[in-house]
Amino acid sequence: MARQLDTRQRAVFYQILLLVVVGLAGWYFIANAVDNLLARRIASGFGFLRREAGFEIGESTLLSFSAADSYLKALAVGLLNTFRAALLAVMFSTVIGIGVGLARLSSNLLLAKIASAYVELLRNIPLVVQLFFWYAVITESFPAPDQALSPLPGFFLSNRGLALPSIATWLPLQIDYPVLGGFNFSGGVVLSPEFSALLLGLSLYTAAFIGEIVRAGILAVDRGQYEAAQSQGLSQAQLMRLIILPQALRLVVPPVTSQYLNCAKNSSLAVAIGYPDLVSIANTTINQTGQAIEGIAIIMAVYLTISLAISEAMNSYNQRIALRGART
Amino acid sequence: MTQGTQLTINALLVFLLLAAQSHAGPTADSALKKGFIQCGVNTGLAGFAQPDSKGEWRGIDVDLCRAVAAALFGDAKKNRYTPLTAQQRFTALQSGEVDVLSRNTTWTFARDAGLGLNFVGVNFYDGQGFMVTKKRNVKSAKQLDGAAICVQPGTTTELNLADYFRSNNMKFKPVVIEKLEEVLNAYFTGRCDVYTTDVSGLIAARASRAANSSDHVILPEVISKEPFGPVVRHGDDHWFDIVRWSLFAMIEAEELGITAKNVDQQAQSANPVVQRFLGTKGDFGKMLNLDNRWAFNIVKQVGNYGESFERHLTPLGLDRGINKLWNKGGLMYAPPLR
Repeated sequence: MARQLDTRQRAVFYQILLLVVVGLAGWYFIANAVDNLLARRIASGFGFLRREAGFEIGESTLLSFSAADSYLKALAVGLLNTFRAALLAVMFSTVIGIGVGLARLSSNLLLAKIASAYVELLRNIPLVVQLFFWYAVITESFPAPDQALSPLPGFFLSNRGLALPSIATWLPLQIDYPVLGGFNFSGGVVLSPEFSALLLGLSLYTAAFIGEIVRAGILAVDRGQYEAAQSQGLSQAQLMRLIILPQALRLVVPPVTSQYLNCAKNSSLAVAIGYPDLVSIANTTINQTGQAIEGIAIIMAVYLTISLAISEAMNSYNQRIALRGART
Repeated sequence: MTQGTQLTINALLVFLLLAAQSHAGPTADSALKKGFIQCGVNTGLAGFAQPDSKGEWRGIDVDLCRAVAAALFGDAKKNRYTPLTAQQRFTALQSGEVDVLSRNTTWTFARDAGLGLNFVGVNFYDGQGFMVTKKRNVKSAKQLDGAAICVQPGTTTELNLADYFRSNNMKFKPVVIEKLEEVLNAYFTGRCDVYTTDVSGLIAARASRAANSSDHVILPEVISKEPFGPVVRHGDDHWFDIVRWSLFAMIEAEELGITAKNVDQQAQSANPVVQRFLGTKGDFGKMLNLDNRWAFNIVKQVGNYGESFERHLTPLGLDRGINKLWNKGGLMYAPPLR
């Protein structure tokens, strides 16, 4: 009894000691940084967020931005752009990933081999190289706006992106068609080449990983389930749809969560191809204001929040759907 | 005096002399210890800083770094170059990764006052312009409403562009790409209609990348002042003086008519101005803790400002313009070396 108390006291003591050491180290680093900033007369603090940005942003989701708006609004635009890219990439990569996983297990040899080649190729080439590739393909294979391809009336495909008609008002229903004027299309909604390349590259890359995870999940379902389903007279399609996939997809939620986190963080590579996401705009802000520490702190805080939110959401989803007593 | 007092006085004198000698600043000291100067340059801008086919860096910004090395070490080759993008350049200098930033950087109030940096002078006066393809038939920048414009982030270019379009009530779509190579690709493959940067950069890009120079037109409007100059950190006045006077030495040499070819002859000159400049008379080098032949070494190994300009910028089609000497109608002016 006395020994147990001693061990616990020691444990608590060491915890407190560790906390103090980490706290002191943190305080030292921060004090050192502040001293250096003051000595070199580099501005510090978050006051710069209220200043006028002075630069334009190529595309923005939901918010409209002009150079007279503040740095804070510019970062908000960057954040919304990141959400748009990351959210859509996550959705597409899940759908494609499930398809790729199933294809790789298909009894059709050609389909299985193509899926294997897809996975091996895309998993092994660095993502930034893939993004440059898609960007080059999109900007170089489509014609200039004045010779844009028009597969459907109101849809225009050119090296400036895909221009689509958008809905201007709901009641009465008025559609805003893109019209070529002067330099570019105005009106309607334009999916820029930067956004398209990012979405394509990110989705296909993450789908390769998700495909493998889904395949592992499907293979982990008990052999007995297949036999029982076949003995019931279910066809292959029904077997997959009703028995195997519901079980397999429950198993894959934790590893797929990591892939979603990777996807959200990889969206920051947008800065290499010119898509104005959060990192790109924060970089410009850092360079214009000279305040590197505050800028990087903002980027880190935002990505940490996004990642924690995704993991929290996925973990609670996992709790709800996990099979009780299954080997998870 | 007793022996003791004599010894103390001698010791004090020696100490004072040593103290006077070692009053060089931290950057010069660390450069001398390392044996080279770490120079921050552009990743590859023709005429300013670009590696040639043998991998040697060439350009007027590179020549400035070589001049500083010639002044400090007596050898213009004692330089290592760090290619920096527009976004990395200030952090690299602030953190000490480079000793001097010679990277066609525009001297602005915010950069001078808010970043803990000092601009030593101007080595090239420029302005911002626009380049479009000839087939667009655009004659003036005021006709660019709605255009997609390629620009690099973190530059005064980006800000001036937004200001110009706002003040002329026009709209544009920025295509913002960090790496110079990528942004040039985007313009030359037609991703954007217009490329904007300093006029010298437009001319350099057209000369090095365009399949046919006459297909691209540089519009007449110059929408801003862009004085480029080398930058150093706050807090090291000695280093600031060395870099500043290396730049002024090159300009003064051109004004005095001293070139790399005639500098040996000029060393024999009886003209007192030339004698002071080349160190044959007087002790000016010592004031900066440099060899008296610091300016001689600069001119001999790097050349004067005019020679540097003609070597790197004239072949691209850039004319001296306002970069001529003050007594020839331009803005290049060096304070007297006396």
